[in-house]
Amino acid sequence: MSAIVEITDVHKTYKTGSITFEALRGITLTIQEGEYIAITGPSGSGKSTLMNILGCLDIPTQGTYLLGGEDVSAMSEKDLAVVRNKRIGFVFQQFNLLSSMTAQRNVELPLMYAGVHAKERHTLAREALERVGLGDRTHHKPGELSGGQQQRACIARALVTNPDIILADEPTGNLDSVSTHDVLRLLHELHDQGRTIILITHEHDVALESQRQVQIYDGLLSEGLHV
Amino acid sequence: MTFLETVRTAFSAVMSRKMRSALTMLGILIGIASVMLTVGLGQGAQASITNQINKLGSNLIIVNSGANSSLTVSNAGGTAANRTRFTTPLTLNDATALANKQNCPDILNVAPVSTTTTTAYNGSTSDSTSVVGTTADWVDVTARTMTDGRFFTSDESSAGSMVAVIGQTTADTLFGSGSYVIGKTMTLSGQSFTVIGVLNSVGTTLSGNGDETIVIPAGTYAQRFSTSTNMNTVSTILMEAKDKDSLSAALQEATTTMYVMHNVTAAAPDFSVSSQQALVNTIGSLTTILTALLAGIAAISLLVGGIGVMNIMLVSVTERIREIGLRKALGARPSIIMLQFLVEASMLGLMGGALGIALGIVAGSGIGKAIGFPVIISFAATGIALGVSLFIGIVAGVYPAWRAAKLAPIDALRNE
Repeated sequence: MSAIVEITDVHKTYKTGSITFEALRGITLTIQEGEYIAITGPSGSGKSTLMNILGCLDIPTQGTYLLGGEDVSAMSEKDLAVVRNKRIGFVFQQFNLLSSMTAQRNVELPLMYAGVHAKERHTLAREALERVGLGDRTHHKPGELSGGQQQRACIARALVTNPDIILADEPTGNLDSVSTHDVLRLLHELHDQGRTIILITHEHDVALESQRQVQIYDGLLSEGLHV
Repeated sequence: MTFLETVRTAFSAVMSRKMRSALTMLGILIGIASVMLTVGLGQGAQASITNQINKLGSNLIIVNSGANSSLTVSNAGGTAANRTRFTTPLTLNDATALANKQNCPDILNVAPVSTTTTTAYNGSTSDSTSVVGTTADWVDVTARTMTDGRFFTSDESSAGSMVAVIGQTTADTLFGSGSYVIGKTMTLSGQSFTVIGVLNSVGTTLSGNGDETIVIPAGTYAQRFSTSTNMNTVSTILMEAKDKDSLSAALQEATTTMYVMHNVTAAAPDFSVSSQQALVNTIGSLTTILTALLAGIAAISLLVGGIGVMNIMLVSVTERIREIGLRKALGARPSIIMLQFLVEASMLGLMGGALGIALGIVAGSGIGKAIGFPVIISFAATGIALGVSLFIGIVAGVYPAWRAAKLAPIDALRNE
C-alpha cells in the first residue's frame, strides 16, 4: 500500500475586505490507497474547505498536497480540471445530474471531457450503470429516477473514469433510510474492490461505516470520533 | 471533447429552452430580414430605373433649352442670375448644325423633338394623348422599333405629310384592342391623319408612357401645332452618339456647336447638354446612398438583436451556475466552458440569421409582386447576412462565455 493523498501543513485563509478568516489552520493527513476514510465535523469546522481542497476544486493558501504523487497545491484552474477529471470521482449530496440528459449521457460526461471516443464512452458508461444496478435505467432522465437511483447514477459517474479517489460529500444527506442503506452498501462494495473512498459527513452512524474516522474542528484535524 | 460534441451540447441547450431561444432569435431575425429587404429593394429599384432609362435609347444625348438642371451633368456653370435672363429657344437650325458631321463627327443621328398634348378622335372615340413632332431619325435615336407598318421618311417629315405613327395603347384606345390600324384615319386638332405605323410597347419610362403617344413629322407639327412665333422652335433635341466610347466626345462636340449657334460662352450658357449615361450614373449613386442609409437604419435593429443575445446569454450563465460548476468538477477546462457558451450564442445568432434570410426572401418576393419591380436578394447578400449573424452571435457571446469560464468551481457548486 502506498499513500494516495498526502496533505502536509495545509492552511486556507479567506479574506473578505479587511476581515481575514482562517478556515484550515495546519492540516496534515495521509490516506493510503484502498482506504475507506470518513471526515466528520460540525458545520463551520472547515469540513467543506478541506473537501474542496481534497477535490482539487480549490488550492491551499499554504502547505502541500500530493495527489497520487503529483503536487497539486499550486496548479492553475486549467491543470486542476485535468487532475479532477483523471483522479477524482465526485459524489454530491445534491446528486448534480444534468436534468436534460439521460442517465447514460450524464455518466458519459466526464469521459467526454477526457476525450474518450463515443463508442468506448458508451460501453464504459453502460458498464458503470450496470455496476450500480441501473442497467435497466440508462435511458431515463434524472427526473424519472428516485433519489436513491439518482445517487447511484451519480456514483456510476464517479466510477466511470476509474479515478484514484472517490470523494463523497454527504452522499446520504438527501436520502431516506432505505436508499441510505443502499448507497452505503454500494460504497462498501467499492471499497472491498480496492477503491479509495473519502466520505464527508456530519452523521456519526454514517461515519462509522468506514475503516477510519478523522474529525475536523476549528480548522484542525484529529484522528477518531469525538462526540 | 470534440468540437462536434460541443456543438451538440450547445444545440441541446438551445433546444431545451425553446421559447426563450425563439424570442432571442427573433431580434436577429428581424434585423437580418429588414437589412436584406432594404438592400434588395434598393438593388431592385436601381435595376428597374436603369432598365427604364435604357429603354429611352442607348448612348442618348439630350439638349434642353435653358441652363442646367440638377439631375443632368451639363457643361453649364450658370448661376441663378444667368438662368433668369432671356434664353434663346432651341430651333431646327440647331438640330441641323448638330447633324452636320463636320461639326459633330461622333454624333450618329439627331432628332429635334416638340411635344404637346391634344385629343385624338376616331369618330366618336377619343383619346387624350401626347403629340410628338420630330424627324425620321427619332425612331433610331430613341431605340424604338415598329410592331406594325413603318416610321415616316425624311421626305414625309420635311413635306409635312399628314401621317402618324402611334403607340400601342393609343392604338388600342382609338381603334379597339387587337384591330389592324395601318391605313386608318384619325382626327387631330381638326385635321385628318393616316396611321402608317404602330410603335413597339415599352411601358412607362422616365419620360412618360411610351405607349400612349402620337408621333408626326416635324414639318406637320410646325404647321399644325406650333404655338411659338418662330415655327422652327423645338422643345428638345435628342441625339445618338456613335457608340459608348465616343459618348463623351459627342457630348463635347454638341456643347461646342451649341455655343457657336447661340453665340454664348461657357460662363453663361442658355442650354444644357446631358447624356443618358450621366443620368443613369447619377440615379445609380443616389439609390446607392439611399439604400445604404436605409440599410444602416435597419442594421440598428440588428445591433439591438445582438444585445438581446448577450442579455439572454448572461441570464443563462447565471441560471446555469450549478451546471457550469458540475461540468468543471467533472473536468471541463475553462476554455471548454468558454467554447460551449460561445457556440451557444453563435448558434442563436446563426439560426436567427437563417430564419431572417428565409423571411427576407419570402417577404421580398411578396413585396416585389405588390410594387411591380423585383426585390433582388443576391447570393452574396445571403452569404454576408449569414456571416454577419454568426459574427453578432460570437461578439454577443464573448462576455457571457468569459464570465462562465472564470467562475470558480466551488462558487458555482455552492450555489443552491
